Formats: sequence, structure tokens, C-alpha cells
Amino acid sequence: MSENLLEVTGLQKHFPITKGLFKRQVGAVRAVDGIDLTVQAGETLGLVGESGCGKSTAGRLFTRILEPTAGKIVFEGQDISHKSVTQMRPLRRDVQMIFQDPYSSLNPRHTIGTIISAPLQIQNIPTPQGLKTAVQELLELVGLSPEHYNRYPHEFSGGQRQRIGIARALALRPKLIIADEPVSALDVSIQAQVVNLLEDLQSEFDLTYVFIAHDLSVVRHISDRVAVMYLGKVMEIAHRDDLYKNPRHPYTVALMSAVPVPDPVRRDRAQRDRVLLTGDVPSPINPPSGCRFRTRCWKAQDICAVEEPPLVRRLDDPDGHLTACHFPVVEDEAVAGRKPATINV
Amino acid sequence: MSSVTPRPYLEVKDLTVRFETDDGVVQAVSGSSFSLEAGKTLGIVGESGSGKSVTSLAVLGLHRTRSNAKVTGQIWLDDQELVTASNEEVRALRGGKMSMIFQDPLSAMHPYFTVGAQIVEAYRIHHPGVNKKVARERAIDMLARVGIPQPSRRFNDYAHQFSGGMRQRAMIAMALVNDPKLLIADEPTTALDVTVQAQILDLIRDLQAEFGSAVIMITHDLGVVAELADDVLVMYGGKVIEQGPAIDLFQRPQHPYTWGLLGSMPRMDREVRDRLTPVKGSPPSLINLPSGCAFHPRCPYAGRNGDRSFTDIPVLTGGAHSVACHMSAEERTKIFQEEVAPNL
Amino acid sequence: MVAYLIRRIFNAVLTLLVVTLVTFGIFFMVPKLTGSDPALLYIGKTADKVALDGIREKMGLADPIMVQYGKFLKGLVAGRDYANGPDVTHCPAPCLGYSFKTEQEVTPLLMDDLPVTFSLALGAAILWLIGGVATGVISALRKGSLLDRVVMTGALAGVSLPIYFTGLLASAVFVYWLGWLPQGQYVPFLESPADWFVQLLLPWITLAFLFAATYARLTRANMLETLGEDYIRTARAKGLPERTVIGKHALRSGLTPIVTIFGLDLGSLLGGAILTEAVFNLRGLGYQALQAIKGNDLPVILGVTLIAATFIVVANLVVDLVYGLIDPRVRLG
Ligand SMILES: Nc1ncnc2c1ncn2[C@@H]1O[C@H](COP(=O)(O)OP(=O)(O)OP(=O)(O)O)[C@@H](O)[C@H]1O
Ligand SMILES: Nc1ncnc2c1ncn2[C@@H]1O[C@H](COP(=O)(O)OP(=O)(O)O)[C@@H](O)[C@H]1O
Ligand code: SF4
Ligand code: SF4
Ligand SMILES: [Mg+2]
Ligand SMILES: [Mg+2]
Repeated sequence: MSENLLEVTGLQKHFPITKGLFKRQVGAVRAVDGIDLTVQAGETLGLVGESGCGKSTAGRLFTRILEPTAGKIVFEGQDISHKSVTQMRPLRRDVQMIFQDPYSSLNPRHTIGTIISAPLQIQNIPTPQGLKTAVQELLELVGLSPEHYNRYPHEFSGGQRQRIGIARALALRPKLIIADEPVSALDVSIQAQVVNLLEDLQSEFDLTYVFIAHDLSVVRHISDRVAVMYLGKVMEIAHRDDLYKNPRHPYTVALMSAVPVPDPVRRDRAQRDRVLLTGDVPSPINPPSGCRFRTRCWKAQDICAVEEPPLVRRLDDPDGHLTACHFPVVEDEAVAGRKPATINV
Repeated sequence: MSSVTPRPYLEVKDLTVRFETDDGVVQAVSGSSFSLEAGKTLGIVGESGSGKSVTSLAVLGLHRTRSNAKVTGQIWLDDQELVTASNEEVRALRGGKMSMIFQDPLSAMHPYFTVGAQIVEAYRIHHPGVNKKVARERAIDMLARVGIPQPSRRFNDYAHQFSGGMRQRAMIAMALVNDPKLLIADEPTTALDVTVQAQILDLIRDLQAEFGSAVIMITHDLGVVAELADDVLVMYGGKVIEQGPAIDLFQRPQHPYTWGLLGSMPRMDREVRDRLTPVKGSPPSLINLPSGCAFHPRCPYAGRNGDRSFTDIPVLTGGAHSVACHMSAEERTKIFQEEVAPNL
Repeated sequence: MVAYLIRRIFNAVLTLLVVTLVTFGIFFMVPKLTGSDPALLYIGKTADKVALDGIREKMGLADPIMVQYGKFLKGLVAGRDYANGPDVTHCPAPCLGYSFKTEQEVTPLLMDDLPVTFSLALGAAILWLIGGVATGVISALRKGSLLDRVVMTGALAGVSLPIYFTGLLASAVFVYWLGWLPQGQYVPFLESPADWFVQLLLPWITLAFLFAATYARLTRANMLETLGEDYIRTARAKGLPERTVIGKHALRSGLTPIVTIFGLDLGSLLGGAILTEAVFNLRGLGYQALQAIKGNDLPVILGVTLIAATFIVVANLVVDLVYGLIDPRVRLG
């Protein structure tokens, strides 16, 4: 096994909810509620799940833009869970983030040159050939023209802006890049261009990615391993092929069967095999007891409400395929024509 | 047999929509034609800005309130021509015979009126004699039909109190409350999670079977089209560039742009590809469309037939499955089989 | 909702308390700190020592400040007595103090002025609300037309011209030149509604013009934004006639922000429109305040300040509550 670049254990982030004149705390949004995972050097770890399940919060914790409520974040052997802003500064070089919204993540009043050179200047990185040349090289690297140096963000399309965001993240030659839905706001053809770019950059600079997305097919394409999140927890994590060929967690199965396949011939089969989840994701303020998927799970039994299933290896799964479910889905069970038995929440 | 074939339920001929703006004239839709039979689903795909929404708003006559919009061509709905019809004639059809659901259900619902009141309003405008109580029952019934639990309680809620999926269900209830014969869904699931998307698509399919309406499903997701559509229209730069029965179009796509779209999509039903094969470049500006074939700056085959791609606008030809490209059918088939299909 | 209401009222009372404390502090402590004699300020430099001592005793100026403040608060709530030996003056609640200059209690003095200010503010408010909103809506519906441009140019003028200019100009034109309106005095409504109306017409129009201009611009901007909203497109897609789309769906949200501004504007006007009252010689709260400032009549200034503050705080409260009622997103979280 290769070396772990990032290790998180028992990671939690609770956002307090306050009320009244005196800002009394009446509860907390348990955005990330105890996750354990590792990111190995050189790999891409995909993070998927429905909106609000805590993907972005997890990403912000990994980069320490947020401070965890509990748990540990270890980067290259160093515990960075509670490091101060100043203590984090040298590490900022190594961990960078790319954001979803290519419109709001770039300051409209700064030129592209200023935006991309900012991290270099803040970190006092020497640029032997000069700052401008360094930035122009970065621009070329992400498929933009060096002449764009003096232009402003509004002169660029969504895809081009995302390239600018990538150039900015690359400026410090980081080891780890957390990409939070980097292609979700883009058109399909542009999305594919950016995905290809990310892959090229990864092999050129030995980058490690945490790729956050809700699109399961994009995640499958780009990731080596994938973690599926639900309500602030990891439900299943495995090597990409293991996960997509042999999903064990009922939620993973449902999620995958919901993805529409661009093949009208298979339409009927896809619909028959689909596991339709009913109801909505419960509130992260008050997640269900026991297994938090149980209110929408068609395999739920009494024990699921009482005992939270640990994230462990199940059945005869290969190493590293972990599932948090008391009754993991077995292969030939593969969801033939099953509509969910229960439930309205 | 009579030589006159009956007109399809919806027939759009040579539709053109232009907007005058400060930057110039936006040629949002130029000369699209398509038709749709009752009970069938037409999928319209294309990237953002390709003119999908503008096309559907034109069918509903919703550009009429925009002083900078100019719509020409013909839109026949059930043997009535809508482009030249009066404002009042078109208004009477909206929400009645034809209705629409939108992409973002939160912003598409009025924040200050309850969901129930908005459905009741839609019903009563087309059933003027009906009293409030009956309309209310009808609205609750519709909410129940689209799968909203405890409909009579949720009737009094506001849109912001609903989850994203429930809002879209409520929008659907509102759109279907008058049994429309044509339902236009403009990216109804783009803002939703896949699991909710699957629920909503399922719902639209079931309701269509029940009501027998014609559905136009607008989306940028080829997967959604493949799920639902009988026929597919691919739009690029305000023009229909390929059109045909869904199965045919997905199995033998003919236009280089359609190939690009398919090549851009990672697919869950195939082995993982090493690399995606996207279209290069980015979509054109509709103010300054490229000459000839609007796709030529991004097309790898643009130079194949001399200068024609750069100078002549290709017309949509080829019967049931038609394409707007200067390459010959044989040429395209060969390229698809040899160069494109292996990479999909 | 009830909890919210209680919290808001509690906040309002707290705010008022702070306002009284601060104003009281300023008016009663500053002279002390600067070494000037408040008693002197009361009755002027010419007073003799006996009169000064009498005043000092009567006002309790020898007491510590907090005691004075306590007495002032008690006066507000329960009334108080000003005693100087056998010479007792009772000031019933709400007692805002005693103007020794005019030898009058402040409360009735100001109460006499209230109807004038109320008449001026409410009349003008009705005018500008209707006028401003109507022109704003029409402008928005005909955006870019000649009408729109004319109205908006007029509105710009209205916003930028000061009230004494428009007021004097209007007087010059309508009273002295055209002779359409009488030049005269405020007539109480109960005495003669017709005269009351005629006398106030010019001040109303002048004041309303200033506000209507702001409201027209604001309404236009709000309406244009609302008309671009998705839910307006939905309303049209449902087949609603244009008058329902505009009159019900667009106005409902286009005008909501106006409620806030209107409440606050009205609240602050009720505390006195100093310039307008001065220009048209109306003896309202603003006029009274002006006189009091000229004459250094501290209790009156304090009284006017408190009344004005009360109106503003109450207006704020009402606006918030109304907002909660009309916007379910606020009410239901
Ligand atoms: N600063 C904050 N204060 C309070 N709650 C927050 C905050 N940030 C996030 N949350 C809540 O935490 C939960 C997880 O949010 P997060 O943004 O991580 O979700 P996500 O998985 O990235 O969703 P999406 O797919 O929509 O981006 C949500 O319920 C969200 O509302
Ligand atoms: N009211 C309008 N004024 C000017 N241009 C418009 C207007 N509405 C749409 N457009 C332009 O028309 C083109 C097509 O838009 P649209 O149909 O919304 O695209 P999509 O295919 O994403 O639905 C875009 O370039 C858009 O900017
Ligand atoms: S533990 Fe129980 S409820 Fe949770 S996923 Fe497994 S079967 Fe479903
Ligand atoms: S006409 Fe020419 S440029 Fe256009 S799609 Fe066909 S080959 Fe490409
Ligand atoms: Mg997120
Ligand atoms: Mg659109």
C-alpha cells in the first residue's frame, strides 16, 4: 500500500444553531458527523452523495479552512486538526482547493495575472524568470493563452474561469488538491475538457485529488477510490471498480440505479432495476438513530434503528472495501424489480 | 386512403426568435422545425445557450411580453396557429391546453402565496365557474396524485417550506391541474439530486401514461433524454442540427456535435474509458454566429468538403432521422464507425 | 410568533430606555461637565440669585444625576411634583418636564403641536405613497418609453431639490402669483375640515413631492426586478391575464420593500418635519423644536427628542411585525 498523504479519523463538524436574544445554542447542524478515511499519495479519492450530505464541509475540513469540532486530521504525518492560521501557512502551499462556482470564486476587480500570482506573492515564492512569466506558464498549462494575463474574469466563459481557478490552485505546486464540484456548473463538453485537464495535470505533477461531486458517472471516470456519504457519514468506501460493480450498501445501490443511462434500448431494464428512494433526506440536525439511512432503506430491520453499523469489511469483500450496513446487498440480490417496501417520512 | 395526412398535435415550422439587445441582435433560435404527436415525448438536448428554453417559451407565447423579442414562423397546436394568434387566444391556451414546468422550482413559485393557493389560481383561471371549495379539492387531489404526503396539510405551506423534490412535484401538480394536452418540462430535474431526479422522471412518465399528453422534455443530460424521449432534437447555436427517433439517434448518431456530446459523457453502462473525447472549444456567441455551419470552428471534419462548411449553412435533411451537415451520409457513417464509436 | 412579538416589544422598550438615558445625559450632564449652570440656561443670564436657587431646588439639580434620571423616569410613568417649599407644581404622567422659560409643562405644550404634525405627515404620506408608487409602477411597465424617461428625470429633480427651495417656489407660484391657494394659518380639522384641507394642501404637496420622487425610483427598481423573476413567468405560463400578473403577483413582492421604507419615513416625520413646518409657518413639533433650540429651552428639546424617538422605535416595531405578516419566509423561518 502506498503512503497516506491525508488521514482523518472520527472527523466531526457541528455548526451550532442559536436562538433568541442571548444566542442560546439550541442544537447543531451535524454537517460532518464522524468520518474516517485516508487519501493516498498520487490517487484520486472521489466523494459522492446527495446535496447537503457534508461533502463540501468535509473538503473544507481537509484544507483546514474550517476547524473540526472533534476528530483528527493528519497531513503527511503532522496533526493539523487545531493548528492556527499562522501555523497552517507553510502547509497552505501543499493543500489547495478548487471551487464549484467559476463565477463567484474569482474576484471580478482583479486581473487574471493578479489572481494567479496572489498565492505566489503571499507565500513569497521566488520566481527566477519573473512573476509574469511564471503566471503565463501556468496559463498555458491549463490551456489558456498567455495574452490573457491582463484580462478580467468577466471576459471569460465558465469553462475558462474554471481553468483560471485551476491555474491559481496549481501556482504553489501543491501535493493535494481538494476539488469541490469543479465541473458541476459546466456544460457537458466543457466538463469533459476540464476533467481531461485535471487528469493530465495529475500525471504531470504527481498530484493527489479529493474530487467532490454529486455526478456518479464523472466520479467513476476520474477516481481511483470512491467514498459515498450520507448525512455526514461515510456509508461505503472502496476501490472504484469494486464499488461500481459490487455496491454493498443499499444507499449506494439506490444512488447508482438512479443514474440515467444514455441508451434508450436499455431504458426498460434500467427502470425495472431502479430502486426508487421515497421521501427526503432527513435533517442533519436530528439524524435518525442507529443507521441514519434507515428511514429510506428497503432492507431496514429492527436492529437498524438501535445499533449504528460500523464501517467495516463485509462478506468476502477485498481489502479496503468498507460498508456501514448490517445487511449488505449481496451480488445476485442485485435489485431485480424491487420497489421500496416502506415509507413516508 | 386520403392523401392529406392529419397534422400532428404540435407542429413548429421555421421558428425564429430574435432579441434586440444593447450588444446587438441575439439570434436565439433560427429556423427550427419539429413536430410532436399526442402521447409522445420529444426530447430537446443542447448545451446552455443553444436556444432550448427560448424555443419552449415561444410555443407558450411567453416572448410576447418582451418588447425586444421578435418571433416568426408557425406554431400549430391542435390545428390552431399560435404565432399570429391574438394575445388573448394564446393566454387562454396557456396553463390549459399547454403548460410548462421550469428548472428551478423554488424561484418559479411565488414566495408570498401558499402552494395550494397557486394551484387553485391556475385551476380557476381556466374554470371560471368553479367555486373555491371545489377548486381546493381539485388542488389537494393533484398534490396527492404527484405524491405529496398529507396533501391537505401541505396545501397551506409555502414553497420555501418544501424540499426541492416536493417543490418540483407541486409545480407538476400545478402544470397538470387543467389536464393539458401538451406539457413542456424545461430542465425539470437539473437542480435536483439523482435520486430525486429518478422520482420526478418516474412521475412524469406515469402521469403522461395516465393523461396521454404530449411531452417536450428539455435537458442537457443525454441520459435523461434516453430515459424518456421517443424522438430527440439536438440543438446547437439556435439551430436543430440533428433530429430522429431516440433509439436511432443514440445508436447511429450522425452529427459531429452529437458525437462530441456523447464523447464528453462518462457512462455508467460502459467500461471506464481512459480519456473522454470532448468537443474542443466553446459554444458560439449568438450575436455573431460563425459563418456557414455554426459548428465549424469546433468541428474536426470542417475541411472535408472544400470550403462549404465555412460558407454554406447546412440544411436539415434525411427524413425521419435528419442531420444538418455537409458530409454525405456514407462519409458520416464511416467516420462514426471507425473513429467515433470505438471511443464511446 | 407570540414569542417573537414579546421579544420585539421588549427590545423596543429597551431601546427607548437607552434613548431617554442618552438624551437625558446629554441635556442634563453636559452643562454640568462644562461647568455652565443649568439653572442659568433655564431662565437666562439676567436672573437673580433667589430665582436661580428656587429653580435649582425645584428641579432637584443638587441631586446626583442618577437620582435626577430616576425622578425623570418616574415623571414619565407616574407623574411628579416640582416642589420649592410651599410652592408645589404637579406635573401629571407622562411628565416630560417643566419649561421654566415659558412657565408651562412640556407635555401639554407638545400635545398641542401633535395634531399639526400628524396632519402634515399623514396627509403627505398618503399623497406620496399613492403618487410615488403609481408612477414607479407605470414607469417600470413602460421601461424605456418617453413617459418613463420624463418621470424619472422629474423624480431625480425631486430627490435632489431641497424642501425650502421647492416649498418657497410652490408658495410663490400658487399663493402669490396664481393666487389659487390662500396664504394663512393652520386650521384644526374639527373646526373646519375644508379649511384644514385647503391650508395644508401646499405643505402636503411640497413634502410629498420630495418623498414621492424617492418612492417612484424605488418602486420602479423593485418592480423591474420582480418582473424578471421566474415566478412571474410561471404566473404568465398559467394563463393568468396580464392585469392579474402585474396587479397581484408582481405588486405583491414589488411593493413589500416599500412597506419598510414607508414605515420608517412616516415614523421619523411624525417626530416633526422641521424644514417644512418652518417654510410654511406650521406650528408643529418641528417648529416647537426649532423655537426651543433657539431659546435654549432644554426640557422642550428633550421632550421633542423623546417623542420623535418613540415614533421611530414604534415605527420600526410595526414595520418588522408587518413584514413578518406579509413575508412568510420571515414568519416561518
Ligand atoms: N456555515 C454553516 N453553518 C450552518 N450549517 C452549515 C454551514 N455550512 C454547511 N452547513 C450545513 O451542513 C450540511 C452539509 O453541508 P455541505 O455544504 O457540506 O453539503 P454538500 O454535501 O457539499 O452539499 P452540496 O452537494 O449541495 O454542495 C448542510 O445541511 C448545510 O446546510
Ligand atoms: N430576453 C432575452 N433577451 C436577450 N437574449 C436572450 C433572452 N432570452 C434568451 N436570450 C438568449 O438566447 C439564447 C438561448 O437561450 P436559451 O434558450 O435560454 O438557452 P438554453 O438552451 O440554455 O435554454 C442565449 O444566448 C440567451 O442569452
Ligand atoms: S443498516 Fe439497516 S437501515 Fe442501514 S443501510 Fe443497512 S439495512 Fe439499511
Ligand atoms: S457541416 Fe462541416 S463543420 Fe458542420 S458539422 Fe458537418 S462537417 Fe462539421
Ligand atoms: Mg457542496
Ligand atoms: Mg434553459
